[in-house]
Amino acid sequence: MIPELGHFALCLAAGLALMQCVAPISGVVLRRERWQAMAWPLAVGQVVFTIIAYGALTWSFIHVDFSVRYVATNAHSELPMFYRISAVWGGHEGSLLLWVLMLGAWTLLVAGLNRSLPRDIGASVLGVMGAVSCAFLLFTLLTSNPFERLIPAPPEGQDLNPLLQDPGLIIHPPMLYMGYVGFSVAFAFAVAALISGRLDAAWARWTRPWTTLAWSFLTVGILLGSWWAYNELGWGGWWFWDPVENASFMPWLIGTALIHSLAVTEKRGMFKAWTVLLAISAFALSLLGTFLVRSGVLVSVHAFATDPSRGVFVLMIFGFFVGGALLLFALRAARFQVRQQLTLFSREGLLLLNNVFLSVAALAVLLGTLYPLFVDAMGLGKLSVGPPYFDAVFAPLTMPLVLLVGFASAVMWKRGDWSRLRRQSLIPIAVAIVVAVLMALFGVRGLGVSAAILLAVWCMAGALAEPLRITLRRSRVKMGRAQWGMTLAHIGLGVFVLGVALVNHGSIERDVRLVPGATTEFAGYAFKFVGVARDEGPNYDADVGTVEVSRDGKAVATLNPEKRYYRMGGNPMTEAAIDISPLRDIYVSLGEPVQGGAWILRLYVKPLIRWIWSGALLMALGGALAATDRRYRLQSRAARTVTAEAESVHA
Amino acid sequence: MNRWVLIAPILVVGVLIAIFAIGLTLDPSRVPSPLIDKPSPAFELPSLRAPDQLLTERRFAGQVSIVNVWASWCVPCRLEHPLWMEWAETSDVPLYGLNYKDAPRDALAWLARHGDPYQAIASDRAGNVGIDWGVYGVPETFVIDASGRIRYKHIGPLDPTSMKNTFRPIVEQLLQESGA
Repeated sequence: MIPELGHFALCLAAGLALMQCVAPISGVVLRRERWQAMAWPLAVGQVVFTIIAYGALTWSFIHVDFSVRYVATNAHSELPMFYRISAVWGGHEGSLLLWVLMLGAWTLLVAGLNRSLPRDIGASVLGVMGAVSCAFLLFTLLTSNPFERLIPAPPEGQDLNPLLQDPGLIIHPPMLYMGYVGFSVAFAFAVAALISGRLDAAWARWTRPWTTLAWSFLTVGILLGSWWAYNELGWGGWWFWDPVENASFMPWLIGTALIHSLAVTEKRGMFKAWTVLLAISAFALSLLGTFLVRSGVLVSVHAFATDPSRGVFVLMIFGFFVGGALLLFALRAARFQVRQQLTLFSREGLLLLNNVFLSVAALAVLLGTLYPLFVDAMGLGKLSVGPPYFDAVFAPLTMPLVLLVGFASAVMWKRGDWSRLRRQSLIPIAVAIVVAVLMALFGVRGLGVSAAILLAVWCMAGALAEPLRITLRRSRVKMGRAQWGMTLAHIGLGVFVLGVALVNHGSIERDVRLVPGATTEFAGYAFKFVGVARDEGPNYDADVGTVEVSRDGKAVATLNPEKRYYRMGGNPMTEAAIDISPLRDIYVSLGEPVQGGAWILRLYVKPLIRWIWSGALLMALGGALAATDRRYRLQSRAARTVTAEAESVHA
Repeated sequence: MNRWVLIAPILVVGVLIAIFAIGLTLDPSRVPSPLIDKPSPAFELPSLRAPDQLLTERRFAGQVSIVNVWASWCVPCRLEHPLWMEWAETSDVPLYGLNYKDAPRDALAWLARHGDPYQAIASDRAGNVGIDWGVYGVPETFVIDASGRIRYKHIGPLDPTSMKNTFRPIVEQLLQESGA
């Protein structure tokens, strides 16, 4: 009964979403105020029914109702409760439902917090978001209905994919989707600007916090994915340039470009058409990511169930939204073009460079990801463009970006001042050189790694310079949350680059074959393999190894890498055991048993790998901080009084 | 001029959509390679497992053999790998590996992890031999007959269906030819 209610609620939500799109947009086009005003109640109705549908599916999982096909394929009666709740988004159908739910959350946020928007803009924004909701609700209903029954019900379910039974994976998809879906807000604002033909500083100010917030979520999502892969795949890597990873990374790169170009649009009224194009592209790439992951056109370690009819549907959604928005862009964007002098040595000039590098980097990733697909489309088979391509292309494109960050606060809008720049960048440069030289003296040497350290420290010191100066001088000028957010994010970038450089430079790994009781020396540590014991989990059996790590006779850690065999079958899963410290990780994963009771063990020592995720986390925090700046809220209050006055005059 | 700049994005996306649409409908099919029925290109590469030994194309002479191009960084290779493990256990036709643009250490670790079905593996670090052999990407698989000519090439990973319906029959047919 409950699943049927969920299905019914989903149908209602789709209908309401259609109206949420049609009524306000036709209201804007035909200038009917009442139709525009319907946007808000329709949006609330749509979201409420989506929540009911989602709740119904969750209920089916909690009660492990195997007569629902989706539950039968993604749950097991022994599955622990919190995995039952997260299993809702463990498969294709449920993750689509989660996608729509997230879109609903954003819709409510936008509708609730942006009531100060001019009514026609607000109505267009909600209308476009309604169209996106409607498309994905139809996609769910027509090709991937999670409420489909399976009669007779099987006695036992097939269990959640063991790869997904990990705490990191519980929050990874929701975060990622919050990011993907969040770009639909920027997209909706861009389309609203194209429809109305108005794009001014106020528009940029409305769009900025949403974009930054979506970007922060996406950052956290990607970070969690990377962290999960590191823990779970047992290869000791943190990024694999896998198509699915790339699918989330491309919108991130374009989103980063968008955040920066929005700043120029707000402050200087430039790059308007470009900003709109970026907003469309960020969402287009989010849709593309969904297409690549869901249609199975590319081979990936994330082997999701694939179905060509779904691919066709996502492609239609992609064509409709991206094609439609770009058509509007081709017709309307000409009026956003401004003739204004741009000096390269100015903040906007540097941000232009930032945008160029970020866009080209995103394009390079897109090319590498799609190249196998092009070859496939020409009938030449499926193949893989591996890390060799990405490593070769990506670093040269991103290193200049890190260099640019250091100038962020030292170069002013309109026209930079050389003497000011010289004054302000002297200390950061000195700090960077000192640190790079010190590191080289301690043995971290090499052209690549030293350059990366130099850039990373320069970036961090440059980001810190401005807040330090303001604090030390006790100047009247107070830094707002937006500036603190930027500072934090830029420091995060430096921390991240430092982590990547040292992990790439100093990681050492070894595969050893050890009999129980044997010890191996590696990277200054002694690894004693005590043995392997059999253990039982709630829905799996495991081989649990015990490895005692010591240094100079002193115990460092006891690690228990596992190999789990889920009872419902499938490949055994590797659970690496990691001794975490800020400066290095010791990572042990259990390989295969070999003759004579020996096991293959993979040992890694990875310097500063925590810095990679800490840096990403700092970026995300910085973004969240900037999104809540007073400026954005003040603006909306001021606008509200204006509209209120206008309304009273109208009355 | 400016107009065109604004129209460019939609044109690019149009082309992309067309390619995606083809990608969804078109089945990857057999491609004729210019090397089919030609003697396998000569090479001389160090063995992956024993770098001091050299492997050459003469190794293939005298019997039907299979050459599988793979790399540890290649995701589809991991998909087809179980098929090769099964091949090594069930068939007498020797399977050779061409380890393409890969660090030997990574390649060996990959084999330790996933199993090693190969009789011998040539290590093509620079990828030059791959160019001679007309390798588009990884994985690719060549079937070489008893006289050392390339008779069949499969691009992309083999799946159980293509293995059963296409690949094995071709190899068996070649075995009969050489037996006759």
